[in-house]
Amino acid sequence: MRLSLGPILYLWSRQTIEDFYQQHIDSAVDVIYLGETVCAKRRSLKPAEWIELAKELAKSGKQIVLSTLALIEAGSDLSSVRQLCNNGELLVEANEMGAVQLMADQKLPFVAGPSLNIYNAYTLKQLHNQGLTRWVMPVELNAETLADILSDAESLGFRDQIETEVFSYGRMPLAYSARCFTTRYRNISKDNCQFVCQDYPEGLPMDSQEGEAFFNINGIQTQSGRIQHLLPHWHQMQELGVDLMRISPQPQHTGEIIKRYNEVIKRESQDTDIQQYLSAPACDGYWRGQSGMDYIATSEQH
Amino acid sequence: MKLVCPAGNYPMLKAAVDNGADAVYIGFKDDTNARHFAGLNFNDGTAQKAVKYAHDRGAKVYVAINTYPQPAGWKRWQKAVDVAADIGIDALIVADTGVLAYATEKHPQLDRHLSVQGSATNVEALRFYKEQFDIQRAVIPRVLSMAQVKQLADNSPVELEVFGFGSLCVMVEGRCLLSSYATGESPNTCGACSPAKAVRWVETPTGMETRLNNVLIDRFNADEKAGYPVVCKGRFTVEGSTYHALEEPTSLNTLELLPQLQQAGIKAIKIEGRQRSTAYVSKVVKVWREAIDSCLNNPQAFSAKSQWMQDLASVSEGTQTTLGAYNRPWQ
Repeated sequence: MRLSLGPILYLWSRQTIEDFYQQHIDSAVDVIYLGETVCAKRRSLKPAEWIELAKELAKSGKQIVLSTLALIEAGSDLSSVRQLCNNGELLVEANEMGAVQLMADQKLPFVAGPSLNIYNAYTLKQLHNQGLTRWVMPVELNAETLADILSDAESLGFRDQIETEVFSYGRMPLAYSARCFTTRYRNISKDNCQFVCQDYPEGLPMDSQEGEAFFNINGIQTQSGRIQHLLPHWHQMQELGVDLMRISPQPQHTGEIIKRYNEVIKRESQDTDIQQYLSAPACDGYWRGQSGMDYIATSEQH
Repeated sequence: MKLVCPAGNYPMLKAAVDNGADAVYIGFKDDTNARHFAGLNFNDGTAQKAVKYAHDRGAKVYVAINTYPQPAGWKRWQKAVDVAADIGIDALIVADTGVLAYATEKHPQLDRHLSVQGSATNVEALRFYKEQFDIQRAVIPRVLSMAQVKQLADNSPVELEVFGFGSLCVMVEGRCLLSSYATGESPNTCGACSPAKAVRWVETPTGMETRLNNVLIDRFNADEKAGYPVVCKGRFTVEGSTYHALEEPTSLNTLELLPQLQQAGIKAIKIEGRQRSTAYVSKVVKVWREAIDSCLNNPQAFSAKSQWMQDLASVSEGTQTTLGAYNRPWQ
């Protein structure tokens, strides 16, 4: 089992982004994904600058992957994605089918991000034929379905040619819209958004009227209000053949989370508790085949 | 520009055909389609009857097999594709790449449309489906503005179909997991959003509460009409303010954009609402038939008649209708 650091999902300043990667380039993660996946208007780094930063980080020896936008609307959005796909050097995480096509055109390998709908091994095989070498399971699937998909991939003869990654820690991306919910909250128009999502480096919690953490607003993306935490299930993942556990960057404590995850998967510790680092309740329901917001695991499950 | 209309059962199909639908789309009685609701949809026998009724009157029948099969259910999706082909339907409406691959291989002669649940919003994504599965048409998500629809249509390798009327999803279709996060079931996995079995209506001294898997979705005063607790349409609290944080209950109506859609080269207009009634289908199809004919006859002179708009408003969910993303009212 290895660890990956997912793309930053929030709008952080250029300085914060550079500091963040400086801080984590020597951490225990093997793979780092970077790029703007949520909103094309965000320009702390332009596509060319993401590529430049990625190439710089790649000198560390870690695998650096450029992640593409999950929702393409305007022609200019597609140009940004094309720029990343044509970077000429680094692996790309395709987050919608357009990026898949752009990579397949060049006969280059790609990672299928969590917002690509891969629910069965037949779909996985089609994408593998186009160059998929790794996939991040859609967050709403569970352990049993993953086992079935990988077993079918075995029967279809390509299981050993792909890696599997699971979104294991962080607020899960759940939906995308043309509409920006952060500007809606601030009563301003999306066209004149003034980048107000920069005021919410971990998104805007959206609770039920009874104060229950439900969703989290992040511009045009809606995230889980609770924080996915699958470390207690890592052993089961290992047995199923999961290669990578993804940790999604948060403004606070990402380093401590990586350290805790790493100690457990390296069997240096069995302490999976991260309570002190959480800004919202944890959840693991999707993995167990329940509602995504459910949570039961509190200690390592064998 | 063709008119594609919903039918959740045989009487609705007849109503759609009788009122001028060019094509009617239906689904089977299981989770292979995105309107998997109790009491709705077609078994093999009624589907066959539906095809005969439509074909006898010059209308086409499309079958939506537009959810995402997991391995345990794969055979149901295969069977749905095979049955649809056997009974002589005119096109499949598919979202899942694996199902598209199966249909292309097994029934190459049967037309394939990419469902709105396939979330293709750009020319490269459309090219993927065209090159891999030779799709004839794609239904595009309701997130693009009119200018973006036009740009896409100018460059699209396949015919485009857009939504004209009905309930409005504020999220990109096929990429919304809010329902399974709350209830364990989503449109992608189960063909259901905010499923009825997770819903509770609770009378309280101050009014009605609606809950989804016990989470409070909304609270209504005695003078408010309590709406079904669709997960994105509740009133939630953000930094102390309680409001419709994601979406107010509204309906989509793009009737007045018909000349622009026609000029953009849009090949078909889709009406939403397989879960609605026969009366809904009759009324909506009749209006849209007249409107499309009027637009095709003389696009320059086209204007949305007030009677049409009144008729459509009378069957809209929520109290207001909107052009949705087409004119980006929120921008």
